[in-house]
Amino acid sequence: MTQPEGIEVERLVREFKKGPRAVDGIDLEVAPGKIYGFLGPNGAGKSTTVHMLTTLLPPTSGTARVAGYDVVSQGPQVRSRIGAALQEAALDPFLTGREHMRLQTAMHGLPKPERAARGDELLARVGLIEAADRKVGGYSGGMKRRLDLGLALVHRPRILFLDEPTTGLDVQSRTALWSEVARLAREDGVTVFLTTQYLEEADALADRVGIIDHGRLVAEGTPTALKAEIGRPTVEAIPRDDGELDALASVMERFGERAGASPKGVSVRLRGGEADLANVVRALDAEGIGVEHLQLHAPSLDDVFLAKTGRSLEGAGGEEETATEPAAVTA
Amino acid sequence: MSVPLLTQVGQLARRSVLRTLRQPAQIVPALVFPLFLLAVNSSGLARATNLPNFPTKSYLTFALAIPFMQGALFSVMNAGTDLARDVETGFLNRLALTPLRGSALLSGLLAGAVVLGLLQAATYLLVGLAAGASFAAGVPGVLVIVALSMLMTVGFGSVGLFAALRTGSGEAVQSLFPVFFVFLFLSSMSLPRNLIQTDWFREVATYNPVSYLIEAVRSLLVKGWDGEALALGFGVAAIILVVGMVAANAALHTRMVRT
Amino acid sequence: MSRGGFRTTALAVAWRSIHAFTHNRALFIPAMVFPLFFFSAFAGGLSTISRVPQFDFPTGYTAFQYVFVILQSSAFGGVFTGFGIARDFETGFGRRLMLAAPRRGGIVVGYALAAMGRAMVTWVVLTTVALIAGMQIDGGGVDLFGLFGLALLVNLAATLWATGVAMRVRSIQGGPLMQMPVFLVLFLAPVYVPLDLLSGWIHGVASVNPATALLEAGRGFVSGRPTTVAVAFAAAAALVAVFAVWARGGLRSAESEAA
Repeated sequence: MTQPEGIEVERLVREFKKGPRAVDGIDLEVAPGKIYGFLGPNGAGKSTTVHMLTTLLPPTSGTARVAGYDVVSQGPQVRSRIGAALQEAALDPFLTGREHMRLQTAMHGLPKPERAARGDELLARVGLIEAADRKVGGYSGGMKRRLDLGLALVHRPRILFLDEPTTGLDVQSRTALWSEVARLAREDGVTVFLTTQYLEEADALADRVGIIDHGRLVAEGTPTALKAEIGRPTVEAIPRDDGELDALASVMERFGERAGASPKGVSVRLRGGEADLANVVRALDAEGIGVEHLQLHAPSLDDVFLAKTGRSLEGAGGEEETATEPAAVTA
Repeated sequence: MSVPLLTQVGQLARRSVLRTLRQPAQIVPALVFPLFLLAVNSSGLARATNLPNFPTKSYLTFALAIPFMQGALFSVMNAGTDLARDVETGFLNRLALTPLRGSALLSGLLAGAVVLGLLQAATYLLVGLAAGASFAAGVPGVLVIVALSMLMTVGFGSVGLFAALRTGSGEAVQSLFPVFFVFLFLSSMSLPRNLIQTDWFREVATYNPVSYLIEAVRSLLVKGWDGEALALGFGVAAIILVVGMVAANAALHTRMVRT
Repeated sequence: MSRGGFRTTALAVAWRSIHAFTHNRALFIPAMVFPLFFFSAFAGGLSTISRVPQFDFPTGYTAFQYVFVILQSSAFGGVFTGFGIARDFETGFGRRLMLAAPRRGGIVVGYALAAMGRAMVTWVVLTTVALIAGMQIDGGGVDLFGLFGLALLVNLAATLWATGVAMRVRSIQGGPLMQMPVFLVLFLAPVYVPLDLLSGWIHGVASVNPATALLEAGRGFVSGRPTTVAVAFAAAAALVAVFAVWARGGLRSAESEAA
C-alpha cells in the first residue's frame, strides 16, 4: 500500500557502463515519521541509492515510491515533497547564509513576503542566526552542515534524505545535528532516510537500520533486533603480567571463540552469553591469573556486519562510492 | 509548486552577479590584462601605421578592438569556472532538487558575465578615449560596440558553460584558455587581413571567426559605418551564442539527469 | 658534508622533474606547442612589419622573432618549473624532499638542471621548425653558441626567480606572481620592432629593460652582427646572481616550514 509520507523500494538496481552494479536489487520500506539508517562502508552503494530516491539518478530497473510518487515517472512531485542534504555540503562560498536561504526559498516558490521570515526561522533553528550575514566560505565544517540541513527544510518537506551528514564533524557538531534530526522526526513527524558509515550514528538515531554491502542489503531490522540476532557479547581481558597472556588466552578460550585482536589482551565471544562472565572470572581466579582490565562488550552493528559479510564494517570499503559513478552524476 | 521562470532567472542572475562582484581575482585580470596588452602593442606596433594602405594613423584606435575580444575570452573562463565549481561542490544538485528550469539556470548564470562585460566595455572605452583613440562612428557607434561586446560576452560565456557541464571540472575549463588564445592570435588582431604577408596566416585569419568579431568593432572605431563588417560581426557573435547555448543545454540535460 | 650528497640530490631531483615532464602529456605538449604557436603568430602574422621604413634587420623578420621566442620560451620554461615546485610543496612532496636531501641546495640545482633540460628540448624543436619554415641565419656557430648561452642564462634566472616564489608561497596560488613579472619584462622590450623604431613611453621603458639588451644581443648573433654582447651577458649574469640569492631565501623559508 502506498504510504504518502513513506518510502517503498522494490528490487532497485543501478548499473553503470564500466563498473559493477552499484545497487543490486534493494528492497526496503520506511514508515512515515521514522528514521531509517542506511549503514555501509565506502563504495557500498549508499549514495547511489540516495541519488535514485531523490530523483537525481534514474534506476536501471526496479521501482521506488517516495511520498507516494514514483521516482521515475513523477520526479517533480517527488522533489516537491522531499528535502536532501547530500554528501557534499553543496554551498556557495561567496554567498552568505541568509543569501542562501533567500535563494532556496525563492527557488522553491515560497511567496516573497514569507521568504525572509522562513529563512531566519531556519537559521535560528540550526544555530546560525548570528553568522547569517557572513560568507559561507568562512564557515566551519559544522556550520556548513547545519546550513545544509536548514536549506533542505525550507519548503517543509515530509521526507528528508541525509547522506552521511556528520562525516568530518567534531563530536559537538555531530551531537547537535543528531539532536535536530531526532527532533524533526519526533516532533514534526518528518520521515528521515539517513546514510552513514558510523555505527554509533545508526545506533543513536535510527528506528530501523539497513546494512548494505556491495550494493545489496545484507541485514535489516531495528538495531536491537539485529544485535540480538548475533546474540553473544564479547569479553576482553588484559593480564597484569604480560607473561601470562598465553595462559589467560587458554582459560578464556574455554568459554568461547577468539574475537578481534586486543593489543595487550584477549577478546572472546562468550558461548553462554553474559551469564558466562562470572564463570570466566572464577576460572581466571582459580588459575591464579591476575587481571588488570576486564570488560564486557555488547554486540555492535559491526558484529552484525561481520557476521553477515565476514568483514568488519570499520575499515571495510575500498573505492569511494563516486568512483563507480560516471562523471555525469558525481555532482 | 510552480515557480515563474522570471523568478528563477532573477534569483540565479542575482547570485551570479554577487559572485562575480565578490571575486576581485576574476575582475581585476579581466580589466587590467587587456589594457596592458593594448598599451604595449599600441606603442610597440605604432610604426605599423606607416605601412602602405594601413587604415588609420593611430595604432591605438586600430588596436582598441582587441580588449573587447579578450574580455569575451575571460567570460568563457569566469562563467565556466563558476558553473564547474557548482558541479564539483554539488550545488547543481541542490538546484536540481528545486523546480528549476534548465533555461533559467543558463540564463541566470550568464548574468554575471554580462555585468563583468559591461564593466569591461566601459573601462576599455574610457581608457581608449583618455589615451587619444578616435571613434569614427561617434556616440551611436559606441552604443553598437557595447551591444556587440555584450553579444560576444554571452556567446563565449555559453561556450564556457558548455565546457563546465561537459567536463564538470574547473581545471578543464581553465585549460581552454590557451585554445581561445590561439584563435585570438591567429586572426587579424595585429594587422588588417589585406596587409598580412604570410599566405597561410592570412588564410587562417580569413577562416577564423574571431577576425570578423574584431573587424566589426574596429570598423566602428576606424571607418565609421561599415554594414558588411557589422553584419559579419553580429552574425558570427549570434552563431556562437546559438551554438554555445544549444551545446550547453544538451550538456545540462546529461549532467542534470533528474527524472 | 660530502659533495657527493649535493650532486646526488641535484641529479635525483633533476631526473624526477625531467621524467615527469617527458611522461606527462599535459606538461610536455604545451611546452612544445606554445613556443611554436607564438613563433607562427609573430613571424607569420606580423612579417609585414619588416616593410616599415627604417626597419633594419636584413636577416629577415622570421629570425627577428625567432630570437624573441627562444628567449621567451626559455624564461617561461623557468616559470613553469616554478609551478612544478609549488605543486610539489602543495602535495607534500616538497617536504619529503627537504627531509630526505642531505644537501638541500642540491634540490634547487636539481630543479634548475631540469629546467635547462626542458628548455634545450624546446630549442631543438623550435629551431628545427624555424629552419624548415625558411629562417635565414647569418651568424656562425660561435654566434649561435652565444645565442643559446644567453638563453640558458635567461632560463636559469627565470627558474631561480620562480623557485624563490614557489618555496616561499608553497602553493600554486603563487603562479601569477611567478608569471606576471616575467611577462611584463619580456613584453616591455622591443618585441615587434627594433628599439630605435619604438617611440613614446615604451621606448623609455625598453631602454632600461635588461631584456632589451638580451634581445638585441640575440638578434645580433643570429644576424652575424654581434652587438651589446657584454652588456647582455652582464645583465643576464646579474639577474642570475640576484635571483640565486632570492632562491636561497626561498629555500630557507621552506626549510623553516619543514623543520
